[in-house]
Amino acid sequence: MGKTVKFVQGNEACVEGALYAGLNFYAGYPITPSTEIAELLSLKLPPRGGKFIQMEDEIASLCAIIGASLTGCKVMTATSGPGFSLMQEALGYAVMAEIPCVIVDVQRGGPSTGIPTHVSQGDLNQARWGTHGDHAIITLTASNHQDVFAMTVEAFNLSETYRTPVILLFDEVVAHMREKLILPEPGELHTVERLKTSVKEGVDYHPYLPREDGRLPMSDFGGVHRYNVTGLVHDMWGFPSTEPRVVHGLLRHLVDKIENRAHELARFKEFHLEDADIVLISYGSSARSALHIVEERRRRGERLGLLELQTLWPFPGDVVRTRCARARAVVVVEMNMGQMVPWVKLAVERPDRVFLANRIDGVFITPADIHNILRIIQGRGV
Amino acid sequence: MERCRLVFSGSGGQGVITAAIILAEAAVLHEGLNAVQSQSYGAEARGGATRSDVIIADTPIYYPKVLQPNVLVCLTQEAYNKFSSIIRPGGLLITDSRYVKIQRKVDALQRELPLYRSVMEAIGRPIVFNICMLGALVALTDLVRPESILKVLESRVPPDFLEMNRRALEIGMELGKNARV
Repeated sequence: MGKTVKFVQGNEACVEGALYAGLNFYAGYPITPSTEIAELLSLKLPPRGGKFIQMEDEIASLCAIIGASLTGCKVMTATSGPGFSLMQEALGYAVMAEIPCVIVDVQRGGPSTGIPTHVSQGDLNQARWGTHGDHAIITLTASNHQDVFAMTVEAFNLSETYRTPVILLFDEVVAHMREKLILPEPGELHTVERLKTSVKEGVDYHPYLPREDGRLPMSDFGGVHRYNVTGLVHDMWGFPSTEPRVVHGLLRHLVDKIENRAHELARFKEFHLEDADIVLISYGSSARSALHIVEERRRRGERLGLLELQTLWPFPGDVVRTRCARARAVVVVEMNMGQMVPWVKLAVERPDRVFLANRIDGVFITPADIHNILRIIQGRGV
Repeated sequence: MERCRLVFSGSGGQGVITAAIILAEAAVLHEGLNAVQSQSYGAEARGGATRSDVIIADTPIYYPKVLQPNVLVCLTQEAYNKFSSIIRPGGLLITDSRYVKIQRKVDALQRELPLYRSVMEAIGRPIVFNICMLGALVALTDLVRPESILKVLESRVPPDFLEMNRRALEIGMELGKNARV
């Protein structure tokens, strides 16, 4: 029996990945260019015994999936920039209360309602710092449908492993274009299930008391244990605390559990980096144009390479530093006004050799746009 | 195979995007090729100039849009006026003779076909206009086998409409064959 091959939009690849990972509760408010995710899940979830709810807005959507996750469901919502803005408060709550959930932001042009049907990658820093207060976050992305599927599964796995919201930062081009998707067989990709407490009924359960390995087992809310969940700084019982030791300990824990693992959380792809003297760094759909020009230049013997980042946050600085160590120039290719550039400059040894190839007019960046920047760097003029 | 870049253009509601999806899906699912299909979205559901890009190749496709199509299909005057200049030199331009009046010479093979008229005369339903166009395109280019298009139609079209689509495909192929050089 051959594998199931589909010809689908990126949004459908995300839906297939979520179902593969075990999604069984979705609440959302449809918005272009993410609408197909809600549309398809409204068809596919109920027959599998899952729940689909169309909410009154994005604030309610994220709150609904946070509640459902606490009861033991694997949850997701999908939106675009304007809805993602509305979700920031509840996102902080999920960070603080350590609730596994997956939030898809299919980026379109912003700010505000912006250009709904056109592409952008302007939410990179919103994903990192959209919610207030010191915190860490995991954000993943992908440039093709096979990777959209894999990264969606990964998002569920990481959210369960580290009890954290994970953001999938896709964009209009990948979300709407159609290409081949080969569905992995069950068991082919690793899926992480909810770590449940071994504390028996009638015995006190401490929701924020870590095991020896640092992980926090969960108890389905409304089940056999009574416990408190709050957005306030809390102790191991989940009750509010202003004790400096507790406050310090919680904040350090929330940041360290992710930032200290930046290296192991880094997902990325390398193309022709072995001997590259110009390294392109890109992510999401932009990486397709970058790879197009890398392959074209390689055929002409030019030493161009691509580092495609799939983990955007925590920023994989070590990966960037080591991959760019021998490069004469580093070009960040993205569809915003250079949101990743400062992070790359911080990571590399020669920040003066970091350049930006971008496009911010709602038009998908072309290989020619990148070519023009390369000509300037190479001193050949446009 | 030579990488083929196609642009389908017309007016919203003509089925231009559906035709592009059917062709690309046939290439991927039934010919073992790679294909990428994308479309430019306006705010409107009907009317306006619609465009869908398809790339078909036996090698990986990275940049998914089409800048200079080898094959350009224009089903309205507005689409023709807007897109005819982007065709790749030596390419193929397919237009519908009822909707499009060719106004300038482009460096391409031009085929004005009575697609709409033939569909209306033989079937009387404009909804299969796009499938007729696809038939002509397949006959003119040999990009995919007609059986592959039929397989996709069988999986996408309600049974009651399948025969109508099959006939439209045949009519298109006949027009395409006769227009080959």
